[in-house]
Amino acid sequence: MIPDELNEMAEEHSQKQNSFAHRIHVCAAAGCRSSGGEKVASAFEDEIKERGQTEKIAVKRTGCMGLCAEGPMVIVYPDETIYGKVSPADVAEIIDSLDGSPVERLSLDSEMPFFSEQTQVVLENAGRTEPESLEDYIVAEGYSGLITAITEMTPDEVVNEMTKSGLRGRGGGGFPTGLKWSTVAKADGDKKYVVCNADEGDPGAFMDRSVLESDPHRIIEGMAIAAYAVGADHGYVYLRAEYPLAIERLKKAIRQAKRAGFLGTEICDTQFDFSIEIRLGAGAFVCGEETALMASIEGRRGQPRPRPPYPANYGLWGFPTLINNVETLGNVPTILRKGGEWFASIGTDDSKGTKVFALAGRIVNTGLVEVPMGITLREIIFDIGGGIPGGGNFKALQTGGPSGGCIPAQYLDMPVDYGSLAKVGSIMGSGGMIVMDDSSCMVDVAKYFMDFCRTESCGKCIPCRAGTPQMHKILTKITNGEATHRDLDILKDLCDLVENTSLCGLGQTSANPVKSTLKYFEEEYIAHIEQGECPAGVCKFKRTGEVINGCSS
Amino acid sequence: MPLKKTQPPSDDKRWKLINAAMRRHGYHRSALIEVLHAVQDAFGFLEDEALEYVADNLTLPPSMVYGVATFYHFFTLKPKGEHACVICTGTACYIKGAGDIIDEIQDKFGVGPGETSQDGKFSLLTARCVGACSLAPAVVYDGEVAGHQTPEDVIKTIQEWFGNDT
Repeated sequence: MIPDELNEMAEEHSQKQNSFAHRIHVCAAAGCRSSGGEKVASAFEDEIKERGQTEKIAVKRTGCMGLCAEGPMVIVYPDETIYGKVSPADVAEIIDSLDGSPVERLSLDSEMPFFSEQTQVVLENAGRTEPESLEDYIVAEGYSGLITAITEMTPDEVVNEMTKSGLRGRGGGGFPTGLKWSTVAKADGDKKYVVCNADEGDPGAFMDRSVLESDPHRIIEGMAIAAYAVGADHGYVYLRAEYPLAIERLKKAIRQAKRAGFLGTEICDTQFDFSIEIRLGAGAFVCGEETALMASIEGRRGQPRPRPPYPANYGLWGFPTLINNVETLGNVPTILRKGGEWFASIGTDDSKGTKVFALAGRIVNTGLVEVPMGITLREIIFDIGGGIPGGGNFKALQTGGPSGGCIPAQYLDMPVDYGSLAKVGSIMGSGGMIVMDDSSCMVDVAKYFMDFCRTESCGKCIPCRAGTPQMHKILTKITNGEATHRDLDILKDLCDLVENTSLCGLGQTSANPVKSTLKYFEEEYIAHIEQGECPAGVCKFKRTGEVINGCSS
Repeated sequence: MPLKKTQPPSDDKRWKLINAAMRRHGYHRSALIEVLHAVQDAFGFLEDEALEYVADNLTLPPSMVYGVATFYHFFTLKPKGEHACVICTGTACYIKGAGDIIDEIQDKFGVGPGETSQDGKFSLLTARCVGACSLAPAVVYDGEVAGHQTPEDVIKTIQEWFGNDT
C-alpha cells in the first residue's frame, strides 16, 4: 500500500463512520468481556435492528477503556458519554436517550481524575478503535509512522529518533531503547531478528495483554519500524498461551497487515521485507528473561544462559536479535509520527514518556491507566485510583511482581520513575501495581512471592534452585509461628546469597519482596516470631500456646 | 527433512491436525513447542505415544521432547476432567482470597490443585495469572473468565457440573 491509497482508505472509512448520528462503543477487551460485555454489544445490535436504525446508530466493539472496575463499559460518541456497569437490560434506555440527555444512573463523570489525569500514548486508540479493524487503525493515523520511516528516513535516522526520544525498555529493566537498537543495527550478521516479548508473566500485570487485545496493529507497526531500523526481515511475537483473545486478535491483525501490504515483501514499494510469526509460550515465567525466551522460541526448555554474549550480538540461532517488550514497541509508532523530541518532552529527566500501570488489589478503580513519568504514587492511587475501598488504610504498594518490592506509605509522595523506585528497593517492572491495606500480612505476601519464585525457578543454577525453596521454608516457619531469630538471620543471609550468585534475573531479584518487607515491616516479622501473632490476622498459626524450641517441622 | 517417517499411532482423524502443524513448520525442530500445543489442543493432554510420534517426525530424541513437555506448566501429561475450573492465583487474586476458594473446593469435593475428581467430571487447576487482576478473584470455567468470585459461587458452578447430585 502506498501513502495515497492509505489516505483514500482513511478518508472513505472516516466518512462512513461520520455518517452515523451516534456511535456506541462497547468495550470488548477481556476484562469487560468477563463482566458480560459481549452480551451488551449484541443487545445493542439487536435493539437497533429491531428499531430499524442501523443506518443511524453504529455499534463498535473496541479495545480496553481502562476502568475495568466499572465493566462492562460503554462510551457513546460523538457526545463522549461514558457509561459503566451496563447490562443488556439498560440497552433500550440508552438508545432512547441518544437524542436527549444521558441516562444519569449509569453515566460516569468524564471529568473524573481516572480519565482526566491520564496521558495516553500507547493506549491512545484503546476504547476508540475497533481492534479487529485495520481501517479504524488507519483512520487513527496508524501505519503512517512506518511509511514515513521506510520511505523518507534511513535506518540510522530511525535509530537516532529513538535515541532522541529517550525511551527506555518498558518490560522492567529500563534499558535505553535507542542504544539497544543501534547495537543490533551495528552487529554483523547474515540475518537478524526482531522479537516482541509478550510473555507477560508478572502476576498483577495485564497491560501487554490489553495492548495486544485493544490495538494489535500498533505492535505490528512497532515491530516493522524496529526491523527496518536494525536491518531484520523476520520477527517473532512470543505470546503467552494464557491470553487466547490476544492471540486471536493478533493473528487476525497479521493477516490484515499482510493483505494490505504492511507485512511481506517490498513493503510500500520499497526494498524492505518483513514478516511476523507468533510463538506461543507454555506457562513458564522464566521465559520472560530474554535468553530463556530465545531458547523457547527455538523449541527448547526455557532456560537462560549467561550474558554476554547479549542477544544483540548472539541471539536466535546465533544471529543478532532485537528483543523489546510489547509496551516499548507500542510507543514506537507514535514516536515516529510525532517525533522523538515530542516524546522526550513528557516525563522526567531520567524517565521519558508515559507508563501504563495495571491497578489491582485493594483499590476502588481497578483497571489500566497511562500516566506521565514523574507523577507521584499518591496521585495514581488516591486521585486516579480512587483510594482504598471501604475506608481501609493504605499499607503498601507492590510493584514489579515477584522481582519487585513493597513500598510503604511514607513514600507515597515519591515520583514514579526508574531511579526513584529502585532507590526504595522496588523496581518499575512491567507496571503491575497491587495496593494492599491492613488486611494483608506482609510476611504472607513475601511467602507468596517466594512460593512463586520457587516453583518458577528453571533449575539450571543452584543458588536459585536450592535457595528459593529454603527461603520459602523459613517464611513458612515464620507464618506458622515456629521460627526463631536465628531463622530470620539465615533468611537475610540467603537473600544476599541468592541475589548475588544466581544466573538470571529471576533468582537475582527473587529476594526483593523479602528484603523490602523486612526493611519496612520488620516489626511484623518480629511479631510472628516473638508474640506468635499475625498483626493482620492472615496467618493461621499451627502453634497452640506451647513453646516450640526453634526446631523446624 | 523427513516426510512422514512414521505412521500416526492410530487412525484417529485428529492426527491430521498434528501432521498439518508439523508440515507448516517444515518439520523443523524449533517447532516442537508449537506442535505440542497442537497435540494438547486436539487431544486435551500429551499422551506418551503422541510424544514419541512427534519426536520421530521432528527427528528429536524422545528425552528432549519429554524434557520440554514436562518443563512447561501449560502442558499436561494426564487427561483432564470433562470440565476445568482454573483458579487464578496471581497476586491480586491471592490477596483477595483465591486461597480460600481452593481450600473450600478441597474441603467440599476432595479435589486438590492439579487433580481431577474420581468420576472424571472436573479438574481443579491453578493459573499463575490470567491477567484479569481488575476482577480479582478470577476463576476460569471451561475457558470463560468470571470475575469477583466467592467460594460459594465456585461451589455452585461445580455442583451444576455434577448435575446437583452431590
